[in-house]
Amino acid sequence: MKLLEKLGISRRSMPLIATFVVFIALYVYGGISYRNFFSARVFFNLLTDNAVLGITAVGMTFVIISGGIDLSVGAVISTTAMAVAVMTQAGVPNGLVIPIALLYGTVLGFLMGFIIEYFKAPPFIVTLAGMFFSRGFGYVLSLSSVPIVYEFYAKASAFGLKIGNGRFTIPGIALIVVIIAAIFLSRSTKFGRNIYAIGGSEQSAVFMGLPVFRVKVLVYTLSGFCASLAGFIYTFYTLSGYGLAGIGLEMDAIASAVIGGTLMTGGYGTIFGTLIGTLIQGLIKTIISFNGQFSVYWIRLFTGGMLLLFILLQKAFVAGTAGMKKAEG
Amino acid sequence: MSEKLLEAKGVSKTFPGVRALSNVDFALGRGEIHGLMGENGAGKSTLIKAITGVFPRDEGDIFLDGEVIHPHSPMDAEALGISTVYQEVNLLPNLSVAENLIIGRQPMKRGCIDWKTINNDAIKILQKFDINIDVTELLGSYSIAIQQMVAIARALELDSKLLILDEPTSSLNLDEVQKLFIQMRRLKEEGQSIIFVTHFLDQVFEITDKITVLRNGEYVGEYNTADLTKLDLISKLMGKALDELKEFEHIAENKVDEDAEALLCTDGSGKAGYLNPFNIYINKGDVVGLAGLLGSGRSEIANMLFGIVKPDKGSMSIRNKKIKISSPAQALKNHIALCPEDRKNEGIIAGLSVKENIVLALQVKQGWLKNINTRKQNELARKYIDMLDIKTPSVDQAIENLSGGNQQKVIVARWLATNPELLIVDEPTRGIDVGAKTEIQKLIVQLAQDGMGVLFISSEIEEVVRCSNRVYVLQERSVVGELAGSDIDEHKIMHTIAGKGE
Amino acid sequence: MLKGKQIPKIIWPLLALAAILLFNLLFTDHFFRITIRDGHLFGSLIDILRRCAPTMIMAIAMTYVIATGGIDISVGSVLAISGSIASLVVWGGSTNYLAGDDEAIYAAVGLIILIPLLASLALGAFNGLMVSVVGLQPFIATLILMTAGRGIAQLLTGGKVLNFSHAGFEFVGRGYFLGIPFPFILAMLVLLLGLAITKLTPMGLYIQAVGGNRSASQYSGINTKFVILFVYIFSGFAAGLAGLVMTADITGADAGFMGLYMELDAILAVVIGGTPMEGGKYNLKGTVVGVLIIQTLTTTILTRGVPPEYTTIVKAIVVLAVLIIQSRKVRELIEHRTMIRAAKEAESV
Repeated sequence: MKLLEKLGISRRSMPLIATFVVFIALYVYGGISYRNFFSARVFFNLLTDNAVLGITAVGMTFVIISGGIDLSVGAVISTTAMAVAVMTQAGVPNGLVIPIALLYGTVLGFLMGFIIEYFKAPPFIVTLAGMFFSRGFGYVLSLSSVPIVYEFYAKASAFGLKIGNGRFTIPGIALIVVIIAAIFLSRSTKFGRNIYAIGGSEQSAVFMGLPVFRVKVLVYTLSGFCASLAGFIYTFYTLSGYGLAGIGLEMDAIASAVIGGTLMTGGYGTIFGTLIGTLIQGLIKTIISFNGQFSVYWIRLFTGGMLLLFILLQKAFVAGTAGMKKAEG
Repeated sequence: MSEKLLEAKGVSKTFPGVRALSNVDFALGRGEIHGLMGENGAGKSTLIKAITGVFPRDEGDIFLDGEVIHPHSPMDAEALGISTVYQEVNLLPNLSVAENLIIGRQPMKRGCIDWKTINNDAIKILQKFDINIDVTELLGSYSIAIQQMVAIARALELDSKLLILDEPTSSLNLDEVQKLFIQMRRLKEEGQSIIFVTHFLDQVFEITDKITVLRNGEYVGEYNTADLTKLDLISKLMGKALDELKEFEHIAENKVDEDAEALLCTDGSGKAGYLNPFNIYINKGDVVGLAGLLGSGRSEIANMLFGIVKPDKGSMSIRNKKIKISSPAQALKNHIALCPEDRKNEGIIAGLSVKENIVLALQVKQGWLKNINTRKQNELARKYIDMLDIKTPSVDQAIENLSGGNQQKVIVARWLATNPELLIVDEPTRGIDVGAKTEIQKLIVQLAQDGMGVLFISSEIEEVVRCSNRVYVLQERSVVGELAGSDIDEHKIMHTIAGKGE
Repeated sequence: MLKGKQIPKIIWPLLALAAILLFNLLFTDHFFRITIRDGHLFGSLIDILRRCAPTMIMAIAMTYVIATGGIDISVGSVLAISGSIASLVVWGGSTNYLAGDDEAIYAAVGLIILIPLLASLALGAFNGLMVSVVGLQPFIATLILMTAGRGIAQLLTGGKVLNFSHAGFEFVGRGYFLGIPFPFILAMLVLLLGLAITKLTPMGLYIQAVGGNRSASQYSGINTKFVILFVYIFSGFAAGLAGLVMTADITGADAGFMGLYMELDAILAVVIGGTPMEGGKYNLKGTVVGVLIIQTLTTTILTRGVPPEYTTIVKAIVVLAVLIIQSRKVRELIEHRTMIRAAKEAESV
């Protein structure tokens, strides 16, 4: 531990480093165990296959850092995709389909954020109601799977920059763009810093004169936007809308954030960590599919195990830091 | 430009069931340090919060520079030029020291926050206070005192017309208080006006030009500090005649009864890195004081005797029988009680009623099978409300609605209900007003006279001297001296603390 | 700020329930008609009691968890594990019953009930230890089991839906006792068990104390770890029992979807029943009313022939309405108005 500190690695960044080390270890393990694992194809597929989860998790991370939670994201993804499908069926021009789809989650997020802040209602329950509403709305649009008829989506789905034997697809590109934008937002803008401030202590943030109400409403708006963007990206995989899509995805997004070092109590977390948390979940799936012996049911078990591992790890580091503080005081 | 910077006239504020301020006046001159004093519940914080817009006032006017102001939030007040350091609200422990100083007005460079400038500015700001720390570290990794200084430094940087410091010194040591006073004097020379809320009498005499006293939500008067004696001020604060105050001076019997029955005795108890091995004994009828500076091991002894922290060496005996105490429940069974130091976090249980807070420890002592029913709970609660003169509208009142002194009495009641033989009280009078303070001190001495053994821990040496018939002096997590009977005085205690190693 | 102790108020959830019932009285035919068929009570109201039982069983235990300042989001997964184990035990531990073995030996009812419940108690204990001893945040601690638990259930059943026919065990989910649906009787027994533990012993006081201020509770001598462990074990037990009821009712266990999102329904019922999520206080009666609101709403929508796709939208709106009525903001507005009125009255005297 001391050695690491001498190397200029502060104690608080160690959980994140540990997460990164586990990611590399899993990746190397896959590479040693399976042929063709170390290939551009596997790497870019990892990005493509986890773009929806990753983009959603970015929004979720901001919400959790602010001290809240957003359970509606899975339903928003499903309903956004459904809305895209239904609009293409109805012949709405694609130039309108995309903004309307992205606006859906954004508006819902804004409304939830407003209710949470104005009525001081618990985010857990308000976003749960948001989930119910969004699922219901999706069913109202259609109870069955609706195919997307515009060629744009098939073309976009097939698009990919060839890099080695891999393809850098639109979902993959979108994930990287969102991550870079979010890292900028979290580190270099007043809005981003205010999110951390509010998560650290909302009361202090109020007394320090920070715009708490506005920032918190915007955080839920941002999460809704991310979920809608993820829902739009989702259509590139399925080329259809389906009301049961994205079930349980809100918990996977929370898991991404937590594995990546975000604390549920708010105030601490990084976007880069969330990306790694998402990719670790993706790696587990990839390794299990390469293995072939394990059934897919092991995925959830392994993900649960990873969660346990990282949480205990963070716990150990946090306990260490608290100990230091006492000694100083 | 009006003569006064800030004037409050006839300000009133009512909360459901209580009139917190009634018709209060306050006036602050330019370049003046003005002490605002009053006992708990006198309305100091309410007046401050009315000025800073935490809540609206019901009646009256507040003028800043001769113009009526109506701030709706601390943000509003800040925009008007009023910046405040609140008593209990800290900054943001999850952000760096530098960010805490600058957040809300970060310098931008090409659309990005300019971290380099922020960190350099922060270093400069803290240098004024003689604080040289790594400003990029999280605030939460520093001691409370440093955090408090950072909060004050932040408020001073806001370039305000009026600075309000609400009990800023309660977590600072003497040295840090002096550093703060140096800054306050410097600001005063620059023409800054400061409202200084405190309950430390010495400090208010040292630093202020004028003092306004509030009592029971009402205005008592404004005085020139130079014209006032300490006793005058106490009588204004308490509303009592001077001769009544005389009886505070000596309340402990300054004698040690050598034949008293031994209650508790430690033999080299200690824990590596927490507390060095110590030997103390407490007899029936003793008030044994623990004196020492912050971090000298006072609360550590209490925690160890009460089973919060387990010793890893030495032994302990109660009534000459060797015993191991490894949990509060075991301490309870052995008739030991502890009123902990941190009333808010370790004492009161917010949400529970006064009566539930009182019966809690007794219930634990009686075990899982003997449930105390509501009728008995009410009886017990009424008994102690009468006995300790706890001011509460009913036994079912939520404890967080009582004043600090009354909350403390409820905690004392919780432990008296368990019928202890040894009562440990850790800072029982911290943050409560002079009147309640004396009552609690008298109560403790009375309990000892009735046969209880008391371990009395306090950071105020006067108080230890006043109440104890034996004192252990602590330094650097060791017991370094013992004084008894008429040997106990402030000078000797300080001498012992200073003279370790001679 | 001086106010009487704020006991979570039950009036708003009760009014909401009354409003839904009144709506049905006026607009839904036969909603309140109860008939006797084969010695059992029948009717929409009875149907509500029967269907709400699994959620109610879990919500009652969840109330205590939330009162300690915790949350248990693993109950849906624990329910699925319990149901999967039960259906495995029915078939003597084999998942290969579809091979055409008609002579399969059914296990005794006692075993079918006991083994899943023991497993659920163990899972509850895992959650409890994670929160109390390891010191994890409750949401995170139970997120682990929520994620891994469904995988465990699916592994147990090999991803198949295990159907069975076992008259003895089916009684748990479909039977009637004295004309009343047996699942509802089970729910009431769980309520009684909870009340017995919290009223006859100091557990109720300790739960509130731990939720109000854990550190101070420790200083008062309360074994806080045990109190926390207890509420999670009770929650695990309740989830297991709910799993038995559901499995016996549908005579099969679908590990992938059984109990999905039911943890959210249970938490919802607790909160609209007036128990604050921060803990420290609880309202058990409110929880029962909360569950009844959710189920009555669902049944109303179904009996009125509203397309089922609207169910969740209506649910979302009602939940928000109840929540907003109980919110601090609205409470403050009401208090403010009463204060003004009181002040005016005082002046006019």
